[in-house]
Amino acid sequence: MKIPLSWLKDFIDLDGLPVEDIARKLTLAGMEVDEILYVGLPKPVYKEGEKHEFKTDGIGWDKEKLVVAEIREVKAHPNADKLTLLDLYDGQQDQIVLTGAPNIFHLKGAGKLEKPIKVAYAKEGATLYDGHAEGQVLMTLKRAKIRGVDSYSMTCSEKELGITDESDGIIILDDDAPVGMPLADYMGDAVLDISILPNMARNASVIGIARELAAMLGRELKKSSGQLSVTSNQLSVTSGQSVKELVEIEITDPELNPRFVVGLIRNVEIKPSPYQIQRRLKLAGIRPINNIVDATNYAMLEIGEPLHAFDYDVLKQRAGKKKIKIITRAAKDGEKLTTLDGNTRTLTSMNVLVCDEKGPLSLAGVMGGSESEVYDASKEVLDAVGIETKPDEKLPHGKASVRGTSTVNILLEGAAWNFINIRRTAKQHNLPSEASFRFSRGVHPAMAEGGVSLGLKYMAEWAGGAVAPGLVDAYPLPPKDAVAEITVNDVKRWLGIELTLERISELLSRLEFKCEITPTGHALRITAPSHRMDIGEGLVGVADVLEEIARSYGYDNIPTTTMADALPPQVGNPVHEWEEHLRDLLVAVGLQEVVSYRMTSVEKESRITQYDEYVRLANPIAPEKSVLRRSLIASVLDSLEKNIRYSEAFSFFEIGPVFEPIKNELPNEPRKLAIAITGLREATAWDVQDSPTLDFFDLKGRIELMLSGLRLTNISYTATDSYSSLHPGKAAEVKVNGQVIGAFGELHPLAKEQYELGDSPVLVAEFDLNVMRSIDPTYGIKTIPETPSMYEDIAIIVDESVQAETVEALIRQTGGRSVTDIRLFDLYRDEKIGAGKKSLAYSLTYQAEDKTMTDAEAAAIRNKIVKRLEKEVGAKLRS
Amino acid sequence: MQDKLNEIEKAALESLTSINDPAAVEAWRVTHLGRSSALMGVFSGLGKLSKEERPIVGQAANRVKVALEAALEERSKLVKAAVLAKSLEEDHIDVTLPGRTRHIGRLHPSTQQLRRVLDILAEMGFQVFTSREVETDEYNFQLLNFPPHHPARDMQDTFFIEADPPTGSGQDRGDNPILMRTHTSPGQIHAMRKFAAANPQDPPPIRIALPGMCFRYEQITARSEVQFNQVEGLAVGKNITFADLKGTIADFVRRMFSEGARLRFRASYFPFTEPSAEVDVECFVCGGKGCQVCKNSGWLEILGCGMVHPNVLMNGGYDPKVYSGYAWGMGPERQLMLRNKVGDIRYFWGNDVRFLEQF
Ligand SMILES: [Zn+2]
Repeated sequence: MKIPLSWLKDFIDLDGLPVEDIARKLTLAGMEVDEILYVGLPKPVYKEGEKHEFKTDGIGWDKEKLVVAEIREVKAHPNADKLTLLDLYDGQQDQIVLTGAPNIFHLKGAGKLEKPIKVAYAKEGATLYDGHAEGQVLMTLKRAKIRGVDSYSMTCSEKELGITDESDGIIILDDDAPVGMPLADYMGDAVLDISILPNMARNASVIGIARELAAMLGRELKKSSGQLSVTSNQLSVTSGQSVKELVEIEITDPELNPRFVVGLIRNVEIKPSPYQIQRRLKLAGIRPINNIVDATNYAMLEIGEPLHAFDYDVLKQRAGKKKIKIITRAAKDGEKLTTLDGNTRTLTSMNVLVCDEKGPLSLAGVMGGSESEVYDASKEVLDAVGIETKPDEKLPHGKASVRGTSTVNILLEGAAWNFINIRRTAKQHNLPSEASFRFSRGVHPAMAEGGVSLGLKYMAEWAGGAVAPGLVDAYPLPPKDAVAEITVNDVKRWLGIELTLERISELLSRLEFKCEITPTGHALRITAPSHRMDIGEGLVGVADVLEEIARSYGYDNIPTTTMADALPPQVGNPVHEWEEHLRDLLVAVGLQEVVSYRMTSVEKESRITQYDEYVRLANPIAPEKSVLRRSLIASVLDSLEKNIRYSEAFSFFEIGPVFEPIKNELPNEPRKLAIAITGLREATAWDVQDSPTLDFFDLKGRIELMLSGLRLTNISYTATDSYSSLHPGKAAEVKVNGQVIGAFGELHPLAKEQYELGDSPVLVAEFDLNVMRSIDPTYGIKTIPETPSMYEDIAIIVDESVQAETVEALIRQTGGRSVTDIRLFDLYRDEKIGAGKKSLAYSLTYQAEDKTMTDAEAAAIRNKIVKRLEKEVGAKLRS
Repeated sequence: MQDKLNEIEKAALESLTSINDPAAVEAWRVTHLGRSSALMGVFSGLGKLSKEERPIVGQAANRVKVALEAALEERSKLVKAAVLAKSLEEDHIDVTLPGRTRHIGRLHPSTQQLRRVLDILAEMGFQVFTSREVETDEYNFQLLNFPPHHPARDMQDTFFIEADPPTGSGQDRGDNPILMRTHTSPGQIHAMRKFAAANPQDPPPIRIALPGMCFRYEQITARSEVQFNQVEGLAVGKNITFADLKGTIADFVRRMFSEGARLRFRASYFPFTEPSAEVDVECFVCGGKGCQVCKNSGWLEILGCGMVHPNVLMNGGYDPKVYSGYAWGMGPERQLMLRNKVGDIRYFWGNDVRFLEQF
């Protein structure tokens, strides 16, 4: 919310406080200031890179060079049709100023003016924004000759002064602007752009911010919110029939509409609002429309109660001879209403309507209907209560009925609505507005009466007219006072500070809470002020009040202590720790971890897997992120594909969940490990060019190291052709104790074709971590023998069909405990040993348990092994 | 004979002085001390000498042999030293050529940062508690004091899971649709309920860290992502205050960012805590003087925190009249962005090796 400082100063004395100090106070109290826009007040100057706590923008106005002046005579330019010459008095002397402003042009050649026109006058050397440049470009006013006339100063537009981004004429000030006064003193301002937290809807107003500032600064409000709620009796001019005689109200569901108040003003003259009002509205981000609409917006910004103005005569006409009856109710499904932006909206029962007996008039709390809007025949613009319009935006034009004359009598509504309905209505119809912003966060029903009265007061001031006596106030559901009882101990227990009840009372009274010590003297009975909807009941109310005590006391003043509470029993998280250990092992064998989006598309995954069912997003951000992944390999391959041009080798792994759908229930989230490796086995260097590419056994080796690091034993690898994504001849399942924990192998050529993955084979693996983790590891280690070992190589020739695993198992069984290590060091095929045969060469380590093994003993074992191999797999010893 | 030995010695020692390389040293040894050398000739001729002469000549010849061997040893050392000196002088490499590298593994930067955070928290007694990524509205919002249609839900735009069969809105479970968790806070309820179940009459105190991936419906830009990690700390007990929260965060920040960094607590709003605060730490890049990282403000917004809301305690099975607690949450990716000046949050799940290799 944008708050001009000048407006804030109507309610609180901020003298002697730099703007940035005010912004800091607000920020620390939860009203974060995002930016300070200087519009005339001196802007602090920072050097490049110098610290400044707040983002700032805008310009300050030089007091010497920018002053209020009055145009006394408008002449024609001797040599230029489009320019006029102004005779102007700046408080010290007469000046001649050239202008091409369209809003002065009609006076060209008018000569001496009966009533001088007050303007913002810039002297030579003033720094302003260039009115003709695109965007905001600073310039210094210099002397020039324009078509033979000396030009050294100018009358300013809003763009030139930084009040708006665009403008199409010079500023015409209010008649009471004092000539000669520095412009900065007359209307210099700074705008605080404040983020309003969801629980601080009460502060979406000037008075709201002023009230907070008063509490945080320990200063008095100039007018309390109570005094601000003008009652209709206090309005200066009241006359005619009272509103009660003319209008009645029927609220069909007080839960939807706890309060509805109307007032009436007669004989207004629709015209522009005073300039100072327009300027404040503009700085607050609201486009001025006319004095009536502006009065509703101005009152809303000032106290936070959204108002809606109806053309009383339209309502009267609709009612015929009957008394006007306002009815509020839920819309019927399918009911239609043309809102004042010209759109005809189809409604649902979630929407709330303000109607008369003929039908809907407005979408309650969100937007008015076009038929009963305030009508300005001279402008034909629409009531735009609450529509945020950009300066360059043409106002929507959707008049349902063309009325010949401007509105003269106004019925003004102030109401309270159920925030949920307003919130859903604004979302459903995509109508974010100033009104719905406030109503959807909760506006206290108590504000309605003051809001209407204030709106009428401003209308009377700016549009003339007479306010009808009284208001019609239907208030079927006043909220209960929010009351909380709080003790010294509550404050100590929750905040860690010791405050007396008197001190607590003082801190809360600043925020207009009513506090009284209970008869027993042990507690403080606290009643929330009537502008607040955020204080709950019972324990919640206590917590809500504790927060207010903390804010008022200042978070920074609360001490910083070390927890005295008992340290709970320390219990580990074995799952997390195991996974972190696994990550370390994978990194140690040279794998790079990646982390991917959980969201993917069926198309992306179908390149490698086929699933019918997915966990699907109801509101995906993009088609390629429309489902939750089922395959972790697919995630890792996507990363590989994106990177394939950037490196000669890749070894990626990812650990994380995949998502298995269960109809209308929470999905399973099993955790997986996926690995993909491809490219060169060795890193190349300036003298190392040739490296073989990574293959099945590179991946297998890493897996073996990983499993041994996890201390898993009894591992077996079984050839498999049952994984469609894996090469049927180069794939294996990994089992521990006969239980499958995962599979790996070379990516199937057809799957690889789906990706751009270069020429090298791609090896992939996927493991089910839930299964892997469930297997008990073996922590024991072998003792290191103290007696020497003997090493011997044997090479045998076997049929191709004989698997290495079989041979190794036979050696191990036969050698028993005497053979402590078996390492295949050569695999060899050639014509000499014959087609369909292969040579396997093993290096064996012999070790007797407690003595040095003799040659004869070793030879005996070796012979036994060879015999066994000959017998079982038809092996021949190679000489 | 003595003369002959003298001559042998003299000739040998003379020729040794001109020898400068190891091969010549060896050749000299063969010539002067080898089997067919003149000196060895003297030894093998000893037999022919008379008994009287034999020991005298033998002794003399032995003396020459010892002398020659000593000279050889000395010369040999000199030659070796010279050769080494020459080789050291000549054998140069270009030390500026790049080293031979190898393919190594690394943890993803987010994992590295998560570990830094969790390690510090572990030392402070906060143990890891993980929970699921797809949640119900009840756990993600309602039990955390976000009633349906609450305005605070606007702060956390949510991905909903499609109902089956699709309804287009994912709403057929009424007010309890399935969604992607928007924060790790559902874990607060899971944890409290789990701990409270152990002893519902007198639930044990809690001190846990909740790490994990969270999801928000946001456009993917340099500054916003649809998924991000979060770590929350949660402490619940019978004697825990806002002042303790400040103390814990001060300890954590000192360990995580910098020893002397100043902190500031700003009032804020989260539905599941009250009072709530945002914490700014004095910019650790510039020391608070103003720089690009802190956008010249001197402060960095690093975490949100507050006292656990009574409704949340109650929903977790902890009586707010007896128990109190605090929670705080932060983003490891944001911390890395600040610390390592990562300008684009999309780098994290982009998995570009040119990014990952820098961590
Ligand atoms: Zn900095």
